[in-house]
Amino acid sequence: MRAPSPLPTVSRYTTTAIALHWLTAVLIVCAVAIGLYMVELPMSVQRLKLFNWHKWFGIGALIVVAVRMVWRVTHQPPVSQPDESGWQHALAATVHLLMYALMLAVPLVGWAYSSASGFPITWLGVLPLPDWVPKDRELAEALKPWHWILSYSLIALVSLHIAAALKHHFLDRDSILQRMRPW
Amino acid sequence: MKYLLVAISAIVCSSIVTFASAQTQSKSPTATSAPSTQQLVPAESNIRFISKQMGVPVEGVFKRFTVQSQFDPKRPEASSVSLSVDLLSTEIGSADTEKELKKPGWFDSVRRPNATFASSAIKSVAPGKYEVDGQLSIKGVSQRVLVPVTLTQRGSVTYADGTFQIKRMDFKIGDGEWNDISIVANEVIVKFRLALTGVPAI
Repeated sequence: MRAPSPLPTVSRYTTTAIALHWLTAVLIVCAVAIGLYMVELPMSVQRLKLFNWHKWFGIGALIVVAVRMVWRVTHQPPVSQPDESGWQHALAATVHLLMYALMLAVPLVGWAYSSASGFPITWLGVLPLPDWVPKDRELAEALKPWHWILSYSLIALVSLHIAAALKHHFLDRDSILQRMRPW
Repeated sequence: MKYLLVAISAIVCSSIVTFASAQTQSKSPTATSAPSTQQLVPAESNIRFISKQMGVPVEGVFKRFTVQSQFDPKRPEASSVSLSVDLLSTEIGSADTEKELKKPGWFDSVRRPNATFASSAIKSVAPGKYEVDGQLSIKGVSQRVLVPVTLTQRGSVTYADGTFQIKRMDFKIGDGEWNDISIVANEVIVKFRLALTGVPAI
């Protein structure tokens, strides 16, 4: 009788994927934090600075997400755990897909809204980005709610994502966090 | 006695004439140049400005302005032009910014709605190209500006196009915390196209 083949050890994402994941997380948290605070401020130098920093983090996140998507398509993520039931796997895949969609849509809509309002983006104060929509007040009014509707949706999914990861670690006591831990 | 009266009358009359012609000359030096039937064509004219905020170029326009033009391309030295811009007609893409611009620290548009320009000398520098020397007044501050203008003519309309730069701090535009020129640059570019009818051929 042959010995049973050993269970596959939990494999990790590539170092690049892990680095990009956590970099995205930091950039999004910064963009969201500044975004939530800045909209409360009256017109002032501080408000102007924060709006620009918000856009710098947002565009930074957009660039990192684009790189991540290229990496994701060209590199197989680690196999899902054998004890992960079908519905959990499907849910995880759906949430991840939606998050990728939102991580692209939120900064793209923000960029469009900025251009339509007559404020083209100069990334980091030095690199002018093209306006891919025209300066148009009506378009700006139409886009404005979408930037925050999509942002809140992303925040909701990120919260679900974090809750699920913690559920696996503390409740299921499985080793899922090993796949993405940054150390 | 009669001769004394005639002499006094002659002196008085010549003084009046001299005084009157001096007044005429200083009031309207262009009385002998192009007639003031020159009219602005608002639909083909615009005055825009571009400021830089933390590296971002933000463009605004003045939707309402009037022009008094007595321009003869063949006699620029005898010509004059003046403008009045309604600062309350500023549009800059964002209602928040427009509201801010009306404040005393910025344009102070409610109390001082008109920015004006009056030429003091116009000279020709090349065919179709002129330099207009004049005073720009905004918010009670007057600064000399030199505006290069290019004229082109199509049918009955003459287009005067030009660009010049001003320093907003010279006019105290953007006061208080907005003094920081690393946030809003000092240099503001003004671009204009004035379409005029009634201008003689270049």
